Amino acid sequence: MDLLRFNTCGSVDDGKSTLIGRLLYDSKSLMEDQIEALERSADITGGGQVNLANLTDGLRAEREQGITIDVAYRYFATPRRKFIVADTPGHVQYTRNMVTGASTANLSIILVDARAGVIEQSRRHTAIASLLRIPHLVIAVNKMDLVDWSEARFNEIRAEFEQFLPRLDIKDVKFIPMSALNGDNVVTPSAHTPWYGGPTLLSHLETVHIASDWNLQGLRLPVQWVNRPNQPTDPRLHDFRGFSGQIAGGIVRAGQKVMVLPSGITTTVKEIHTYDGPVAEAFCPQSVTLVLAHDVDVSRGNMIIGPDDLPGSASDLHAKVCWMHPRALQPGKKYWLKHTTHTVQAAVTEITHRINISSLEQEPAPAGLALNDIGEIRLRTSAPLVFDGYATNRLTGSFILIEQGTHATVAAGMLHPPRELVRPEDADFVI
Amino acid sequence: MSNYHLDHLQYLETEAIHIMREVAGEFERPALLFSGGKDSICLLRLAEKAFRPAEIPLPFLNVDTGHHFPELNEFRDRRARELGGKLIVRKVEDAIARGLAQPAPGEVSRNRLQIPTLLAAIEEFRFDCCIGGARRDEEKARAKERFFSYRDSFGQWDPKSQRPEIWNLYNARLNPGENMRVFPLSNWTEMDVWEYIRQEKLEVPSIYFSHRRHCVRRQGQWLPVNDIQPPKPTEEVRELTVRVRTIGDIISTGLVESPAATVDDIIAEIAAARVTERGSRADDKASEAAMEDRKKAGYF
Ligand SMILES: Nc1nc2c(ncn2[C@@H]2O[C@H](COP(=O)(O)OP(=O)(O)OP(=O)(O)O)[C@@H](O)[C@H]2O)c(=O)[nH]1
Ligand SMILES: [Mg+2]
Repeated sequence: MDLLRFNTCGSVDDGKSTLIGRLLYDSKSLMEDQIEALERSADITGGGQVNLANLTDGLRAEREQGITIDVAYRYFATPRRKFIVADTPGHVQYTRNMVTGASTANLSIILVDARAGVIEQSRRHTAIASLLRIPHLVIAVNKMDLVDWSEARFNEIRAEFEQFLPRLDIKDVKFIPMSALNGDNVVTPSAHTPWYGGPTLLSHLETVHIASDWNLQGLRLPVQWVNRPNQPTDPRLHDFRGFSGQIAGGIVRAGQKVMVLPSGITTTVKEIHTYDGPVAEAFCPQSVTLVLAHDVDVSRGNMIIGPDDLPGSASDLHAKVCWMHPRALQPGKKYWLKHTTHTVQAAVTEITHRINISSLEQEPAPAGLALNDIGEIRLRTSAPLVFDGYATNRLTGSFILIEQGTHATVAAGMLHPPRELVRPEDADFVI
Repeated sequence: MSNYHLDHLQYLETEAIHIMREVAGEFERPALLFSGGKDSICLLRLAEKAFRPAEIPLPFLNVDTGHHFPELNEFRDRRARELGGKLIVRKVEDAIARGLAQPAPGEVSRNRLQIPTLLAAIEEFRFDCCIGGARRDEEKARAKERFFSYRDSFGQWDPKSQRPEIWNLYNARLNPGENMRVFPLSNWTEMDVWEYIRQEKLEVPSIYFSHRRHCVRRQGQWLPVNDIQPPKPTEEVRELTVRVRTIGDIISTGLVESPAATVDDIIAEIAAARVTERGSRADDKASEAAMEDRKKAGYF
């Protein structure tokens, strides 16, 4: 069965957790003991009123304060699809957790409180969804019950969004008026919105076309682990040496030519090994082990690529970043940079822009990037990265920065397209 | 193009294999927590898929509470042997004897005492990472946890300041004494686990299947009659046809009345189930935040 991963975002109290609770409840995905626990907590803390948000707000501190602090994942299925849902927090302080939940989504639902309309946090989350290149967006205009189901209000909010959407890179956007609390247009069509002719949220989730998120163009296999059995007496395994990894782009075929980077050595794929036996071809994002025709030097952090669709290679990089730590980004300071399976040192050489969340325009060169800022930077790495632009390949175009010492994850980075591609003719030698 | 498409189980499998290999690539001394339960049985198959034809590059660790179902330990030992893996068992009993774990007055459950036993084993072998089979669909606190879940030098989980986890880039860096718990099955549901067991034709301990057993009624559920907490004369005892849905200790694992004798039967039963699997564990019902509290203290 197909799998759709989606997340909810939007400002504090816009109703994200309530919406997921409603979705689970109305799609009959809740079990009796979960409903029972919900009712029990309603008697204790809710004055008898069931709080659907408690289904995902699983931490003590969250229920205490009635807010979401960290992402909660929920799983449900309808006869048409399986779903993985990430309920992310709306509070600005926890934006990094929103980024965590959104980074693996095929679709984002941005909630807006119909009374408040589009506010800074709605813009920030929409900007992050666009930055992460989440292919589908749903703008859920929620709490319509509190604005008398006004079509005019709905259109107003829609117009507000449509004003800044062109500045962002989002192709598919759907607007749905709803009440998460009462369930209007969540799973069942609402009698209050005769003026709305579109689908309910669930039927949209069930039918939205999810073109493959995975890049099938140029072969990329970041080597995770070298498979070297210690079986000196088994003649079949004595010389076995395989390179294991998850294909991050493209298709690999037994017998094809490949190049190992950064060494530039070319050879051919002798066998695509899997536990279930050798296969003739494998594709992104399958996990495989390649056996190469020649005994070449390959280790974790190297990338095996196909001869066409070459990646870039550089140690001067240009990227967009979401800064996720209270200690601001400091140009010149050394960080660990993890890209695919490769970790190197990196220093930020320049902050070129910051994105103004209200106008979504670029502001020139600030001195630093603070918590929750989105900006554009240049960095230099201690060894060249083999990479693609994030727009071309999410897996080979992304990185994280890790602070040295504390090992805190401080930034999520998205690389700009390479200026120069790997040049096979520069390769030292060809076997 | 449509040939290059993974269905949900294939997607979950490649995600989990990727995580297993990241562990092998990033950590010096990882271990895999193997209980013999259905989730860790899937973990072992995923380890085979990740690392064969080489040896699985991490030992199996089990904390034996002394209250395990005997069928489970027999299965655990045999399966580890079949895989040629190194199995390390550390007993709560011994941790108590060595003064590392202290039962509260009248405390019968070994749930809490597993924690110091596990932490002592981590210290003894200087493990920097433990792979576990927990799933996010099991429980509300687990639903919040990262794939790579950082623990401080006391083994504690701090749910309010978890590391961001973006795309599939896992930050595995630690300072000495700190530890990582890694959960490759985070995105799997109970149904996915059984579908995987069916697909891979994995053997599971016999108590998952329907059998006759003497049961005692406690706290609204049927528990196995056992020597640790024998039935009192006032308690109702019956012989029933039951199976377990999730395996905990013999004194707290609820049994469900079920005729399910095959994996197909179990899958059909879960598809129609109206309660979650944790609904049958007395240890999680203790309080709304029982699991969160145990994880904060260093639990799996
Ligand atoms: N009237 C009305 N109230 C709603 C609706 N949806 C949510 N609410 C209420 O709004 C409040 C906040 O809802 P939550 O679901 O906790 O909001 P959230 O967006 O998850 O908040 P954070 O996760 O903390 O950012 C609760 O009191 C809900 O009952 C709606 O459609 N109509
Ligand atoms: Mg919430």
